[in-house]
Amino acid sequence: MNLSRNWLTDFVDVSDISDKAFCDRMTDTGSKVEGYTVLGADIENVVVGRILTIKKHENSDHLQICSVDVGAGEPVQIVTGAQNIFEGAVIPVAKANSTLPGGVHIKPGKLRGVESNGMLCSIGELGLTTHDMPEAVEDGICILGESFADKIGKDIREALLLSDTVVEFEITPNRPDCLSVIGLAREASASFGREAHIPTPTVREAGDDVNNYIKVKIDAPDLCPRYSARVVKNVKIEPSPLWLRMRLRAAGVRPINNIVDITNYVMLEYGQPMHAFDYACIDGSAITVRKAKAGENFKSLDDKDHVLDENMLVISDDNKAVALAGVMGGANSEITDSTKLVVFESACFNGPSIRITSRKLGMRTESSGRFEKGLDRENTMAALERACELVNLLGAGEVVSGVVDVYPGKKERTVVRLEPERINRFLGIDVSADYMRGVLKSLFFTVEGDKITVPSFREDVECMNDIAEEVVRIYGYNKIESTGISGNMTQGQRSPQQSFECGLHRLLCGLGLDEINTFSFISPKYYDKIALPADSEKRKSIVIRNPLGEDTSVMRTTALPSILEVLARNANFSNEKVGVYELATTYTPTGDTTLPDERKVLTVGFYGRGDFFTMKQICETVARYARIRTDYVRQSENPSYHPGRCAELYTHDGVRLGILGQIHPAVAANYGMTTPVYVAEIDLPTLFANRGAEPQYKPLPKFPATTRDFSFVCAEALEVGAIEKVMYRSGVKLLEDVKLIDIYRGVQVGEGKKSVTFRIVLRSADHTLTVEEADKAAKKILAGMERELGITIRQ
Amino acid sequence: MKEMLEKIKAEAAAKLSEANADLEALRVQYLGKKGELTSVLRGMGQLSAEERPKIGQMANEVRAYIEQLIEEKSAANRAAALEKQLAAETVDVTLPTEPATVGSRHPLSLVQTELEDIFIGLGFEIVEGPEVEYDYYNFQALNIPENHPARDTQDTFYITDNILLRSQTSPVQVRTMEKKKPPIRIISPGRVYRSDAVDATHSPLFHQLEGLVVDKGITMGDLKGTLELFAKKMFGEDTRIRFRPHHFPFTEPSAEVDVSCFVCGGKGCSLCKGEGWIEILGAGMVHPNVLRGCGIDPDVYSGFAFGLGIERIVMRKYNIDDMRLLYENDVRFLKQFD
Repeated sequence: MNLSRNWLTDFVDVSDISDKAFCDRMTDTGSKVEGYTVLGADIENVVVGRILTIKKHENSDHLQICSVDVGAGEPVQIVTGAQNIFEGAVIPVAKANSTLPGGVHIKPGKLRGVESNGMLCSIGELGLTTHDMPEAVEDGICILGESFADKIGKDIREALLLSDTVVEFEITPNRPDCLSVIGLAREASASFGREAHIPTPTVREAGDDVNNYIKVKIDAPDLCPRYSARVVKNVKIEPSPLWLRMRLRAAGVRPINNIVDITNYVMLEYGQPMHAFDYACIDGSAITVRKAKAGENFKSLDDKDHVLDENMLVISDDNKAVALAGVMGGANSEITDSTKLVVFESACFNGPSIRITSRKLGMRTESSGRFEKGLDRENTMAALERACELVNLLGAGEVVSGVVDVYPGKKERTVVRLEPERINRFLGIDVSADYMRGVLKSLFFTVEGDKITVPSFREDVECMNDIAEEVVRIYGYNKIESTGISGNMTQGQRSPQQSFECGLHRLLCGLGLDEINTFSFISPKYYDKIALPADSEKRKSIVIRNPLGEDTSVMRTTALPSILEVLARNANFSNEKVGVYELATTYTPTGDTTLPDERKVLTVGFYGRGDFFTMKQICETVARYARIRTDYVRQSENPSYHPGRCAELYTHDGVRLGILGQIHPAVAANYGMTTPVYVAEIDLPTLFANRGAEPQYKPLPKFPATTRDFSFVCAEALEVGAIEKVMYRSGVKLLEDVKLIDIYRGVQVGEGKKSVTFRIVLRSADHTLTVEEADKAAKKILAGMERELGITIRQ
Repeated sequence: MKEMLEKIKAEAAAKLSEANADLEALRVQYLGKKGELTSVLRGMGQLSAEERPKIGQMANEVRAYIEQLIEEKSAANRAAALEKQLAAETVDVTLPTEPATVGSRHPLSLVQTELEDIFIGLGFEIVEGPEVEYDYYNFQALNIPENHPARDTQDTFYITDNILLRSQTSPVQVRTMEKKKPPIRIISPGRVYRSDAVDATHSPLFHQLEGLVVDKGITMGDLKGTLELFAKKMFGEDTRIRFRPHHFPFTEPSAEVDVSCFVCGGKGCSLCKGEGWIEILGAGMVHPNVLRGCGIDPDVYSGFAFGLGIERIVMRKYNIDDMRLLYENDVRFLKQFD
């Protein structure tokens, strides 16, 4: 809402308050100011002048030398190239050393040898358009006309009413009443303790009877609680007077003609959208407010075609819709230069209905934006009367006697009890009940004892909290004293899983990995990029109905594409040795009407800083952090991963934790990467749920361990993990640890074979092992190896 | 014999004083089994009974003397060798080194953790909730019925008519109040979604942190006190806060909260655009309709809520001028927040 301070002065006199102080106080009391502009500040030393004489320039075909009366002192000589001037013309003159919009400075100088001490101005040079000054031409000097004859020498800003301050307010949706000069005048009145004068408009009627012209019927009273109308005849369409145009201009509305300008003026002043339509275009005399027929066609004022549905409200004559209620008028009944008979409509419509209609049709108008917030139904008559008062004032036509006012939706005004003690307690302030009453009265509430009657334009006020807010915003939010929360103690804390995550972050950063943060939504095409099979369950994602674009259109079921994209981007930036991780949320659908399963997945990815075993080491470190003993099982079927360098990660008890490995070169290539990329994906809730118990102290060994080294020759395909497992399964209680020492491949062991060397550690808790005991244990282990794997110690 | 012993003593002393004396060879030469001193001692049998102990004592003294000389010389040699070795091992301490590779938390996480820790210290619990949420929790339970104009200020991503991507973390407050009876003191950090195209200051996904306190006798003064304490912890002890009336459907009264600019302290600078204040929070007293909807009697209990955008604070704190950097995850950017 752009408020002209000149306009505001019609209703409350705060003109002595500086712009800055005005804006600060209005913001402090709840009408937030976004900023303000001082109009005319960019014009200086420009006056109204009259051309006395015009001479030809001797050295130029097109230049003319004018002698201009600028009100004071000798006439000024100005050379101009303009052709639309004549002797006696009243024009704006930028004198020597003047400033024009756009930072233009006019200095005295010589044009082809002839002195020129200023410039005659066009409207464009004054920052105006032909909408603001319809009598002026676009390309030529602005001829002001004889009505400015008494203003010769006057500052152009005063003459053209250009001086004003426009304050831009951000009005919250609960206060549509403040989308008006009068609404803000009421706020300013309460904020500055100045009385507001809001006159009741009076209309000079010209006889005749409105009922001879129109009848109004409301078919959908739930969507139209009130419809008021008047008729104006013998209309003369012409430009509005300068003062009205300049007020519209300050508010950011383009002047059109007197009738249309009146509707806009009243909307800005009263906050009540109005519509004017040409009576000649109405079939019959009945105006019906009805729901549209399904599929009904409607062409709006801006010449766009719309197809309506049966939930939309229209204003209709006997045959057709002439307006889309509260949104926009129809092209079929638009005010034109030949309009003679005008119907002024001032109605109230149901907010949600207007909102749905305007959204569906993609028509957000000044009018719909107001109606959808819910307007004061008591306001329609005052606005209508003001419009007709302006018709009188402008001489735009004759107002037919009588008003049509159909009002099926009259509402009782809300009554709230004043509870001063409770309000003080709730806010943490201490003001008297009388102070509260005074504030409420200044805001136009009716106060009788503790009975507060809420004004009709304040539908947002319903309960104690609302009254408290009214009191405190005028009292001053910043006068509330800060206090500490008293009462029950509460334990500030993270949940066990949150604490677990914090530790995990520290661990991963300690491992040299940088945390990343990626979008939760991806493109469904990314599933192709990671080579997910066509029938994969993971392709079933939560789909966003109104996405910004395909790239952010589905909620990811896997965080793999996210981390690959980050790695690829870094590779693209030529960043070397990159290692990153994320605790990324994934979203797996559970049904059409239920919320998805949101799970955090730890993704780790790197390139240029290790191989499969580097990744395995990271996974082992994570598992160790969770006190989980792990198993790794070869996985050669996952199409995202290298078939020979991928493993599933399990707990010792067979619970799957995740997957790790080298990304399949074909998938890496989809991301434009040629170097090997390694990724691990670990399900966080599973990791957390399977974490080991708090450690308990075990006594340190009192007796030395005995070690034995064994080498076996076995088939290349036999996994070391399998051998280790058999060793642990051997039932040797003394076996403390098995360590792989070496793997050897070469001619001595033969093609397709390898020699694997382990060191086994034996220890007893209560004595030093004898050689015989150690031999016996070793023998038992070796027997198991031969029995289960068919391998024997290398000779 | 006496003369011989003295001669040996003098000779040995002379040889051992030479700079590059071979200590082991000299030890063998004088003290070894076939050494000079030993052979002298062997001739002791020819001595008289009176002379024998004297010569014996003298021989022992000579032996001890030579042993000591060798030991001294040897120690000196070891010390010299060590000195030489240490000299050889000297490094140029000014040669450059790289620090060990330690990863960085994402700046959003750094700030979020800092915020969390402040509120934990004030007795708040951290609660999380779903990002894909029912319309009921995101809007209706927060006093924003269908077709309410306030929905426009939060252009929402919808999944179905009833399911959406939460546009605020407030649904977590409702879920908490449904489950838990007062006293409630929680914060809910997390991702929220709004249909804003990506640019330097907008992102369709960003992070919020909201707080909620519900108990008997909670006042707007408590809200101010809490936020003031928070602002001082987060932005420095000299920080002041300012409330401006505002409107949120789920709080009444509502306020926008500014903190004094943490660069200029309120004088006005380029960060605060000359205002001296930076808007960082929305806050207010929980609307009675919201409490009632969660089964909490607004005549008995009251509460306050507040919320802030984490990106906003991150960008201010680290002087980041483009929000896209936060989601691009270029490690050259991430590494700056070690």
